[in-house]
Amino acid sequence: MSKKSTPGLNTSSMADISFLLLTFFLMTSSINTDMGIARRLPPPLPPNQEPPEVHERNIFIVKINSHDKLLYNGEYGRIEDLKARAKEFLENPENKPDLPEKIPTDIELLGTVDVSKGVISLQNDRGTSYDMYLQVQNELAAAINEMRNNMSQAKFGRSFADLNEAQKKAIEKAIPISVSEAEPTKVGGTN
Amino acid sequence: MAKFKTKNDKGTPGLNMGSMSDIIFMLLFFFMVITTMRESSLFVKIVVPQGTEVSKLEKKSLVSYINVGVPMNDFQAKYGTEPRIQLNDQIADVSDIKEFVEIERNSHVEADRPLLTTAIKADKGVKMGLISDIKQELRGAGAFKIFYNASKGTKK
Repeated sequence: MSKKSTPGLNTSSMADISFLLLTFFLMTSSINTDMGIARRLPPPLPPNQEPPEVHERNIFIVKINSHDKLLYNGEYGRIEDLKARAKEFLENPENKPDLPEKIPTDIELLGTVDVSKGVISLQNDRGTSYDMYLQVQNELAAAINEMRNNMSQAKFGRSFADLNEAQKKAIEKAIPISVSEAEPTKVGGTN
Repeated sequence: MAKFKTKNDKGTPGLNMGSMSDIIFMLLFFFMVITTMRESSLFVKIVVPQGTEVSKLEKKSLVSYINVGVPMNDFQAKYGTEPRIQLNDQIADVSDIKEFVEIERNSHVEADRPLLTTAIKADKGVKMGLISDIKQELRGAGAFKIFYNASKGTKK
């Protein structure tokens, strides 16, 4: 028996091959950076249906014009104030008569909580920039997130992000995202 | 004269490259796992707005993208300089969105269809008129779950 060992494979080019593969994948792929704000659109209205009547105290109108200026309930306002205004409107801590009414509702895990009937109505112009629109959405989201966080701290002693699914559902029911969007106006230009 | 050369020009010993490929393979697998394939190349310039309250987009396989922005310089001769919509890998009009949603919906199994999300990836300079038109089309097509792409940033 001749003990001839098989010659070893030359693997020095293996590194080159895998380098090539690595560069290929690096170039054709992208690390996921999809972040953003999730929203739900309302289903289309049946043509002959009147919009439901909303009591004046239950509505907070935010308008954005084509120069990205804001109007809160008819008064000129700044974006920095929006979060505080929205929070005050939705929480109505002192039960003021000109802020939205609250309805005590039984919600699982939370017991009876006051659910605000307030709706933030957002109206923009066709000439409003998307940037401004998103800033406004962001501020409203910030107000709602902060309220949810406060409630979950009070009820469960943890921040909203750390709650389990059922607890999250309960809080979402107690503090819904009540932002309604009106049809845009066409004052500011074409596109 | 003794002609013995003392052999002391040893030089540095060569590095063992045997494990090099293993290391590179490890890197390769790492990148393969954490990345996703780029689905289509963009024809439009997009700089998404910044927000502080952004959240991650979940379930990437159930997301279809609508890109909105001004066509890139190379394509401006063909598509103009006004903001346009890109669906998959072609520039489209607002009226094409319904069909696009329909196709996306049919490519998923029935159980997943209510979970389909449409991500609007728009440039921050785009006017809301176009975005509103897109939203109206999506409403009409029954795609109610939408997502505004934004990057995480600090307040201005």
